[in-house]
This record gives sequence, C-alpha cells and structure tokens, in this order.
Amino acid sequence: MKLPAFLQGSSELTVSGPKIIASFDVFGITIHFTETIVLQWFVIAILLLTARFLTHKLTIHGVSKRQAIAEMLVDAIHNLVADTMGKRWMFMAPYIATIFSFSILGSLISLLGLRSVTSDFSVLATWSAITFVMITATKIRFTGVKGWLKGFLDPVPVMLPINILSEVATPVSMALRHFGNIAGGAVITALLYYGLTGLSHLIGLQFPIFTIGIPAVLSLYFDLFSGFMQAFIFCMLTMVFISNAAPDETDH
Amino acid sequence: MEMSEAIVLAGSAIGAGLAMIAGIGPGIGEGYAVGKACEAIARQPEASGAVTRTMFVGCAVAESTGIYGLIVALLLMFLKPFT
Repeated sequence: MKLPAFLQGSSELTVSGPKIIASFDVFGITIHFTETIVLQWFVIAILLLTARFLTHKLTIHGVSKRQAIAEMLVDAIHNLVADTMGKRWMFMAPYIATIFSFSILGSLISLLGLRSVTSDFSVLATWSAITFVMITATKIRFTGVKGWLKGFLDPVPVMLPINILSEVATPVSMALRHFGNIAGGAVITALLYYGLTGLSHLIGLQFPIFTIGIPAVLSLYFDLFSGFMQAFIFCMLTMVFISNAAPDETDH
Repeated sequence: MEMSEAIVLAGSAIGAGLAMIAGIGPGIGEGYAVGKACEAIARQPEASGAVTRTMFVGCAVAESTGIYGLIVALLLMFLKPFT
C-alpha cells in the first residue's frame, strides 16, 4: 500500500527564505511582497482583537476577570520599564509592550505550522532600526546635535572609526541575535524531522513513526522558551540602550 | 558534478563545521555567568529577580558571537554563496 505524500514525512531537506507572493518595481528597486507580511497582518489582527476583547467595558468597581488580566499585563510591563529605565521613561512602556507582544506572537505562530515572522531577517532589521533611531534621538535630545557628533570623538579623535563601528554594531547585533535564535531553531527542527523520517524509512516503515512526539520536546525549547526569551531580551536591550543614551538622572 | 564544484561544496561543509567552533566561547561564558548568578542568589535570595534579569541579558550578549557562528554556518550550508 502506498501512503499519500502528505503522510510520508519530509524526505528531502529544504531551507529557504519566506515565499514571495508578488514583486513590484518601484523606481528601479524590486520590492517583494512575501509570506511574512501576510503573517504579520495575522499577528496584528490577533493582537488587536485580544486588546479589544480585554479592554472593552472597563470599570472601576466590580472588576471582571477579563479586566483583571488586562491590568496584570499592563502592570507587568510598567514595572519592567520602571525597574529597568526609571520612572521618567514611562512613556516608553507602550512601545516596549508592542514589540514584546509582537515578537512573542510572531515566534509562537510557528506552533500553528506557519513560518514564524521573526525568522525573517527584514522584520528584525526593521525593529532594530527603530531602536537605533530612538537611541540616536535620545542622544540628540539630551546633548544636542553638536554633543552627539562630539560623542564620536570621545575619548580621543583617533577612536572615530571604532566609535562609528560600535554605533552600527548595536542594532546589527540585536537583529542578528533574535533572527539567529529563531531561524537556527527552525533549521534544527527541520533537520530533526528529516533525520527521523530517514530513520523510519531505514527500518522499513513508510509512515514516519518517529516524528510523532520526539520533535515536540525540541519544539518546547526552540519555539516556546526561545521565543519568549528572545522577545524579552530584545525589549530589555532596547530599554537598556535607550536609557543609557541619556545622561544620568541628577535632579529628582 | 564537476570537480571544482565538488571542492567548493566540501569546503563549504568543512567551513560550516569550523564556524560552529564559535559555540565553545558562549558555552563557557554563559555557564560561568549562570554559576555566578546562582552564587549571588544563594547569598541574597531577595535579589533573585534583578539577578536573574541581569543574567539573562548578559547571557544574550555573550551568546551573540555564537549566533554569528551559527549564521555563518547556516549560510554556508544552505545558501552556498560560493557555488
């Protein structure tokens, strides 16, 4: 009896970028409309609906379970921001919460068998570019354009290239860290499926019996733990870099 | 397969393996950091939250060199930039 191809497991190993749905030419630059963009719409829709669901009909007395959950989440983020950045940075809390929830959901979407949003480098590059702009804006806000430019010549003018390099290395390393963790996990999971399918075929089974259950243990680490951890670390580093860009609090 | 292509493929595979030697450093470093964090928590259990948070951020920073190695290995294995 021949099994349908769907049940035969992965008998060949392919690792590729996100599927390109359509391509446009804008002023000579090719812009790809990829799978990741569509999946991000899903993530945004889920987040919007969840936020809407948790926060409609807010009351002061007789708090519902739904509202209690919403308050818990907001409190957790506020405490995190207050502990890491200090009270004067509370206006950053919504941005941090957005990145955090987007990153977690973008990574966990792989549990549904979809391609996780965060295994596309462009997404992480965008987020770290936003962080980079924020770091630079904070520096300019507190020390002025002149002070910001002067910071590159600190402590001696010879250090200029090294300072520029370290400035650029911050967002690049942030993006690569998150991307490498999630994409590496996806590749290792793909390798495991391939290997287990091969093992099942080796002992003469058409149905890849070993791929049931065993990959779930790795998925626990690579999808759940890694997804949460990298989201947390990305937010943590964003907060630390931005609050470090400002001079220390002396008044208050 | 032509000889030159085979040599490039073999070189890519060996290079991917060599790139993953970069995993040694973060392994040692993170183990050391976690050990120190355990000591710190044992000494001051009330500071465990702050210690754990700092440790994770430190681990993440220490991990980035290993991740660079992983990315280079993945590029060599699957994108095959030299063929």
